[in-house]
Amino acid sequence: MFSRRLSRNSKWMLLLLGLAPCFLLVWDSVTGGLSVNPVEDITHRTGDWALRFVLAALAVTPIRWISGWNPIIRYRRMVGLLAFFYASLHFSTYIVFDHFFDVFSIFEDVAERKYVTAGFVGFVLMVPLAITSTQGWIRRLGKRWSLLHRLIYVVAISGVIHFLWLVKLENSEPLIYAAVLAVLLGSRLVRYYLTEASKRV
Amino acid sequence: MLIKQAPDIPSSEITPEELYRSRREFIRKASGAAGAALVAGTLGDLLALEQQDIPNVKSSEFSTDEAANGYEEITSYNNFYEFGLDKEDPKRYADDLTVEPWSVRVEGHINKPAANYTLEDILSPHPLEERIYRLRCVEAWSMVVPWVGFPLRDLVNRFEPTSRAKYIKFETLMRPEEFRGQRARNLAYPYVEGLRIDEALNPLAILAVGIYGKTLLNQNGAPIRLVVPWKYGFKSIKSIVKIEFVEEQPLNTWNVAIPHEYGFYANVNPEVDHPRWSQGSERRIGNFFRQRTEKFNGYAEQVADMYSGMDLGRYY
Repeated sequence: MFSRRLSRNSKWMLLLLGLAPCFLLVWDSVTGGLSVNPVEDITHRTGDWALRFVLAALAVTPIRWISGWNPIIRYRRMVGLLAFFYASLHFSTYIVFDHFFDVFSIFEDVAERKYVTAGFVGFVLMVPLAITSTQGWIRRLGKRWSLLHRLIYVVAISGVIHFLWLVKLENSEPLIYAAVLAVLLGSRLVRYYLTEASKRV
Repeated sequence: MLIKQAPDIPSSEITPEELYRSRREFIRKASGAAGAALVAGTLGDLLALEQQDIPNVKSSEFSTDEAANGYEEITSYNNFYEFGLDKEDPKRYADDLTVEPWSVRVEGHINKPAANYTLEDILSPHPLEERIYRLRCVEAWSMVVPWVGFPLRDLVNRFEPTSRAKYIKFETLMRPEEFRGQRARNLAYPYVEGLRIDEALNPLAILAVGIYGKTLLNQNGAPIRLVVPWKYGFKSIKSIVKIEFVEEQPLNTWNVAIPHEYGFYANVNPEVDHPRWSQGSERRIGNFFRQRTEKFNGYAEQVADMYSGMDLGRYY
């Protein structure tokens, strides 16, 4: 079985690995590795990684089913928090550099631009998930916790739609994310029907 | 004409603004004396060599006083989908394109003969000017670029359009062997743009052959491109091989690709948002924060008359 210490160490490893894109971003900013529109680079990279980690968090359960490696579930919270970390950076960039804290123009943007609305919904829904990710909240919420954390499905769908709606031209990149999400959600449906079918037998 | 991409320019070699300003001052003074000395052919010979300085460039009253973006910025952050979708693709793949020899087909409703004109034929009668213009991309970023070029109207008048010439249609080179974006068919090529004839005759519209006193790099649309500073950047078609005087409004590429987002006119207008994002502000490359976008990109005084009475929300 997986030892507790190994588990703790590997969580630190995962955290470090998960922060690597952030370190790389800082490194590139300092060494001139970004384009002449660094705000755009920061926005894109943090957005990409937020979405990647959301999808990674959603991949944990199907991987567990397929591999039978149950301890993988211990890493899910870290992956989810990394997603929230990048989403926060992404959102902050938007608030600070695109709107300079102008609440009215942010409100207008969120209300009028479909892709902003989608991104905003996705981010806002991540907040309660991040807050209730502690052991204390898991205990306190009991069964309702799993119910609440199903919001991750909405978060992921919002994130992918946000990406799909913002690209200028038909672009294969957001479609790849959409395909991955479809597989991840589809695997749950398949699983559901398989277990339902086995119950009936 | 061979214009090779310059190797990466370290930031230490970017012309400091002061020096650049003094050079402009020098050009201004020198051009007075030397202006008449530009012999036809000299420029063509010059452009046939690698990228280099363009002499005898007059300054222009249409230039903005705003600080121009650095050469590195202007040559490394481009939308030129023939080279790919990323901003850095045009610079990355610039070497794929051969711009020598280059000719421009001029045809349509004109009294002068329709023909393939060599680049030198096209350029030789026209004295070059520096025009420091704001460039506003439809994606809500902007730059200030010190172009070198000549008024499009001079070329239009030279070919003597007939009364049937209501529009001018421009085409970019179609050469999938060299343009990976054309191989990938990321848009319907060849890239087409157009202007109404009165827009083409507006003194602000230029055909550009250089930036910062040097011949254009491929990523900026070498060897010759349109610059219409009061319109979104995609109107300023690059690497032109065909200029046609036509009766019907040309179907410009972006309009064909996404008609409800990109129109024929594409005038910079903070009051008419892109369906998916605001055009009310822009990020000037080099700045972190956004600034307000001006109507007609700040050129209303020179161009607004052409659109009086037009519903700019409908004719976006």
